[in-house]
Amino acid sequence: MKIGLEYISLQLYYASITIFNLKIIMKILVCISNVPDTTTKITFTGDNTEFNTAGVQYIVNPYDEIALSRAIELAEGGKGTVTVINVGEATTEPTIRKALAIGADDAIRVNGAPRDAYFVATQIAEYAKSNDFDIILCGRESIDYNGSQVAAMIGELLDIPSISIIKKLDYDGSTATIEREIEGGKEVVSVSGKFLASCAEGTAEAKIPNMRGIMSARTKPLQVVEAVAVEEVGKISKFETPAPRGSVKLIPAESAEDLIGLLHSEAKVI
Amino acid sequence: MSVLVYVEQVEGKFKKSVFEAVSYAKAIADQQGTSLSAISIGNVADSELNELGKYGASKVLKVEADQLKNFVNQAYASVIAEAAQKEGANIIVLSNSFSGKGLAPRVAVKLKAGLVDGAVELPTTDGGFSVKKTAFSGKAFAIATLTSENKVIALNPNAFGVKENAASVTIETFSPEVKSSDLTAIVKEIVRATNKVSLPDAEVVVSGGRGLKGPENWGMVEELADLLGAATACSKPVSDADWRPHSEHVGQTGIAISPNLYIAIGISGAIQHLAGVSSSKVIVVINKDPEAPFFKVADYGIVGDAFEVVPKIIAALKAHKA
Ligand SMILES: Cc1cc2nc3c(=O)[nH]c(=O)nc-3n(C[C@H](O)[C@H](O)[C@H](O)COP(=O)(O)OP(=O)(O)OC[C@H]3O[C@@H](n4cnc5c(N)ncnc54)[C@H](O)[C@@H]3O)c2cc1C
Ligand SMILES: Nc1ncnc2c1ncn2[C@@H]1O[C@H](COP(=O)(O)O)[C@@H](O)[C@H]1O
Repeated sequence: MKIGLEYISLQLYYASITIFNLKIIMKILVCISNVPDTTTKITFTGDNTEFNTAGVQYIVNPYDEIALSRAIELAEGGKGTVTVINVGEATTEPTIRKALAIGADDAIRVNGAPRDAYFVATQIAEYAKSNDFDIILCGRESIDYNGSQVAAMIGELLDIPSISIIKKLDYDGSTATIEREIEGGKEVVSVSGKFLASCAEGTAEAKIPNMRGIMSARTKPLQVVEAVAVEEVGKISKFETPAPRGSVKLIPAESAEDLIGLLHSEAKVI
Repeated sequence: MSVLVYVEQVEGKFKKSVFEAVSYAKAIADQQGTSLSAISIGNVADSELNELGKYGASKVLKVEADQLKNFVNQAYASVIAEAAQKEGANIIVLSNSFSGKGLAPRVAVKLKAGLVDGAVELPTTDGGFSVKKTAFSGKAFAIATLTSENKVIALNPNAFGVKENAASVTIETFSPEVKSSDLTAIVKEIVRATNKVSLPDAEVVVSGGRGLKGPENWGMVEELADLLGAATACSKPVSDADWRPHSEHVGQTGIAISPNLYIAIGISGAIQHLAGVSSSKVIVVINKDPEAPFFKVADYGIVGDAFEVVPKIIAALKAHKA
């Protein structure tokens, strides 16, 4: 009997932790994309069918840094945990470690080449389905393929609200107040329950890793899960580089007013 | 098989980018030998809906449910997907606007469709259905080939142009069922500067950089923009320093734009800035440093002090308009 009682009280203890976890500790998932550094000169190989990765430095997508920084702020002071997820091959791990150095608690890498947005979104949605997150944050777009696709696709696959291109996010533990960008203004949206948002500038100041962050990033958990199969809906078949511009026509500063005539009768844009 | 275009309304009106999307969708319908329907959600007067006929829509589905008055992408995506099924549409076109970006991926998932965002040209159909789109923040283009039965295309503003192609329109009320679970995001407030041209749609953009020294010097930028009916933009350090709002920041980490005319004043032309503006049709650069990298991608350049050059241009423009 004695053992039985102890057993029951232990179960109660666990249950209270679970309840405590569910209610108080919010779980945030941040999706991070591994992209060429912004100074990269973009070239292609294989008769313009493949992006030339030779000598390219990879970074955390700048918008995802903003999303991650806001997630860390929301979780600060023991209010929550921040997990980062990346769909990519083993070569993306330095980028994942950078996210851990910035301040994420742990990381998931879904092992598979990020073939397209639908593939990536499906992997993240699959992971999120079995791991109860309160908030999922993405960047507004990846600076390589600029799709702005992955975020809303995850939202749809999970059947939760997705707010795109946000510039402010406040969360009181159950309701989020979000400002999203619209042409020539902003819209204020409120959501209760689980949601996803894709972050643009303004949402947070991007955090820079400090020494402690960099040291601890090495030992933070990075779990690798295998990708699930996804049906192909299309692919990038070719790339093109923009046609080079003709040389500049210089107008002397003394006769700057001539610009207007040229824009009107030569370029025909005014 | 048919083509469906989603026509985004702003306070009951359609903007130029919508007529552009309709023109583009009509060209695709012609290519496919089929007809074009449009779907409008929210309160829009029939007289405004009739305008869509000018650009080739032969049928307009109007959805006026009160719960759908404000844009909620989750609910709008359900309505558009249902309309596509009802119309037997396998190609869905929308504008790659802020709202469009949140909508197109959800529609694509619902219809198990391949999605091309940021399309800049009509599809080509020899050897598969392929659409050219922007990639690498304007540093390149990608040709996306879709193999799915259904296809969703989000058209970049200013990429195709408005093309008149009159058709007679019929307006039909469409009353889809709206799930309450699609409406958990609630729009609380909409703030819109009505007197200003919005940056992504603008045909002319006047942009200022750190060379302008401080926010107090933006008066001449705004005056020039007003005279040209242009939107104003800025470089990243300018918005970082709060001289201008973040929503004006263009470039790789800001908005990518492709106006007919981009005037850059006191901007050096760093690769990250160029990424967002290099697809502008005509670029004018005003910079006091003849070695500024921006001159390499400019069509017209003036080497000089912005504080002397810009007032001259303003005066010339006033004379030109008079
Ligand atoms: C990850 C990353 C992302 C970035 N993303 C962006 C982005 O999206 N957009 C962006 O713009 N930048 C971006 N940048 C910053 C970019 O690298 C440049 O630092 C920035 O574009 C420079 O802004 P600027 O041209 O206004 O300022 P500066 O480079 O300081 O140039 C000022 C220019 O003004 C000229 N000038 C000075 N006085 C006068 C005068 N009186 N009359 C005329 N001309 C004058 C100078 O000759 C100079 O060329 C990014 C950087 C990084 C690292
Ligand atoms: N391979 C990836 N792994 C994890 N997240 C990604 C990946 N690709 C894109 N994302 C997320 O989706 C956002 C939008 O990406 P995109 O749809 O490619 O423009 C990015 O800012 C990331 O937050």
